[in-house]
Amino acid sequence: MSVTPIYTFPKSMENRVTNYCPGCHHGIVHKLVAELIDEMNLFEKTIIVWPIGCSVLGYEYFKTDGCVAAHGRAPAMATGIKRSNPNNFVLSYQGDGDLASIGMAEIVHAAARGEKITVVFINNTNYGMTGGQMAPTTLPGQKTTTSPYGRDPNLCGWPIRVSELLSTLDGAAYIARIAVNKPARITQAKKYLKKAFNAQLKGIGFSLVEFISACPVQWHMTPLKALERIENELIPYYPLGEFKVKEGVE
Amino acid sequence: MSEKVFMKGSEALAEAVIRSGCRFFFGYPITPQNETPEYFARKMPLVGGLYLQAESEVAAINMVYGTACTGKRVFTSTSSPGFSLMQEGISYIACSNVPVVVANVVRGGPGLGGISPAQSDYLQATKGGGHGDYKLIVLAPSTVQEIVELVPKGFELAEKYRTVVEFLLDGILGQMMEAVEFNYDIKPDELPTPSWALTGAKGRTKNLIVSFDLNPEKLEIMNLELNKKYKEIEEKEKMWEEYNLLDAEYIFVAFGTVARIIKSVIEVERKKGFKVGLFRPITLWPFPYEELRKFVPQAKFFFDVEMNLGQMLEDTRLSILDRKPTFFYGRTGGVVPTTLEIIEQFEKLVKEVK
Repeated sequence: MSVTPIYTFPKSMENRVTNYCPGCHHGIVHKLVAELIDEMNLFEKTIIVWPIGCSVLGYEYFKTDGCVAAHGRAPAMATGIKRSNPNNFVLSYQGDGDLASIGMAEIVHAAARGEKITVVFINNTNYGMTGGQMAPTTLPGQKTTTSPYGRDPNLCGWPIRVSELLSTLDGAAYIARIAVNKPARITQAKKYLKKAFNAQLKGIGFSLVEFISACPVQWHMTPLKALERIENELIPYYPLGEFKVKEGVE
Repeated sequence: MSEKVFMKGSEALAEAVIRSGCRFFFGYPITPQNETPEYFARKMPLVGGLYLQAESEVAAINMVYGTACTGKRVFTSTSSPGFSLMQEGISYIACSNVPVVVANVVRGGPGLGGISPAQSDYLQATKGGGHGDYKLIVLAPSTVQEIVELVPKGFELAEKYRTVVEFLLDGILGQMMEAVEFNYDIKPDELPTPSWALTGAKGRTKNLIVSFDLNPEKLEIMNLELNKKYKEIEEKEKMWEEYNLLDAEYIFVAFGTVARIIKSVIEVERKKGFKVGLFRPITLWPFPYEELRKFVPQAKFFFDVEMNLGQMLEDTRLSILDRKPTFFYGRTGGVVPTTLEIIEQFEKLVKEVK
């Protein structure tokens, strides 16, 4: 009697231990990306541009071709790769400090140009790798190492809602926000991600999926509390859903 | 195959890049080099190439970086403030061992400076420019024809050493019109895709291009490997011109546009009976130290002339090691020294140095 496996380790991933902290959501998102690369038969043409941030070592966890961009410049580097090799499937994997602060110009213009790249955007409302500093996405009142009394909007402004902002651009083909704090959402996230991949594969334009992600260590919470924070504090500020779905994206 | 055409330096540069088989240009507008990207914007679509205007020089150099990672020939052109903005990317590219060719059409600085020709980015070009232990191969042509000849060579060097090659130009070279001859026209499909290129891991293990290692010992090894490459370049790739040096007692040292002016000075002074010559470095890095030093015994003095306040002078003095008097004359901020004023400075020195 033969046994059909119903769950296997993604072929596109290296079978090794990651450097991510307990309760971090990078691992879940990595797995979703790798599963889709496998399922959509994209392995041989995938190139992933990794960022500066916790996922700087992401290339060690994937078997795909990859490179590491300068802080915030991943969309520009991905542009150079995709334009010179249009048949490749090009991903830019970025965090919120990388994408929404130092790399804001690059992400906005990549979206405006309708670059046929897909961005996996991890928003955990702080700079995780450098020790939990305030990011452009940090919520008002949120304590970080550089907003020790809580983020004061009078002093340092308001959080940026990246998905809403980018969805105003005509070059954006698919923009969605999701969290992976519940199994049902993980399933939903994979559907969103698949649409984003398809937006690139069909040549429709720029696509991005924003993941509201947990950073228990820098939030000084247990992984479980971090999941609750996503539900109770972050999702009310960063609503989930699809913000832009151009015709043909499915 | 070769044909003679009358062209501006800035356009000859772009044409030479296209004829070198490069089909990718990313850049951002800045004076005084806009004719180069404008030429690409017109020509690239006609030859199946890409001209893409970036949102900034920062983005442009990272687009260049991305294309270089796929093993394709890629080029960008900018001017001083824009080149400063590219330094971060260039440092990453140098560490990543991918070939890139860039041009800096130098304008007067520092700061916003001006838009007139200058040579005041010599130190930035030759001593690193960005963070970390790295070097660029720096080519300084002094005529439009020489631009045309050096561009394919620049791509070859960039690929041979997987490094960054910088053309250090100025607005005069860009604006000057000369009859030039192209004797090459390389098609992109004649160029092989290197084995390290990012193309998707089809039938092979993954290719990775990164510019870091968090382990200091391993990063030191990366630096030593880079350094080995730079030593080899220093050994093999120096280029320079010796002009009227055989019997010269008074030796000018100059590069680029200034070297051209010096040739007019030499013509005048030779007629007056002064044994003058010119040593012109073509590679500013690697600088031809020993090659210049060879002329120490015959020289009464060396006279370094530049469009800055003495940047190459540091290398000139490292060659000569104060074994003979070494003088400097420079105009800066976009002022170009005239033949007459250099003659006047030179003759004053001749009287002073007995």
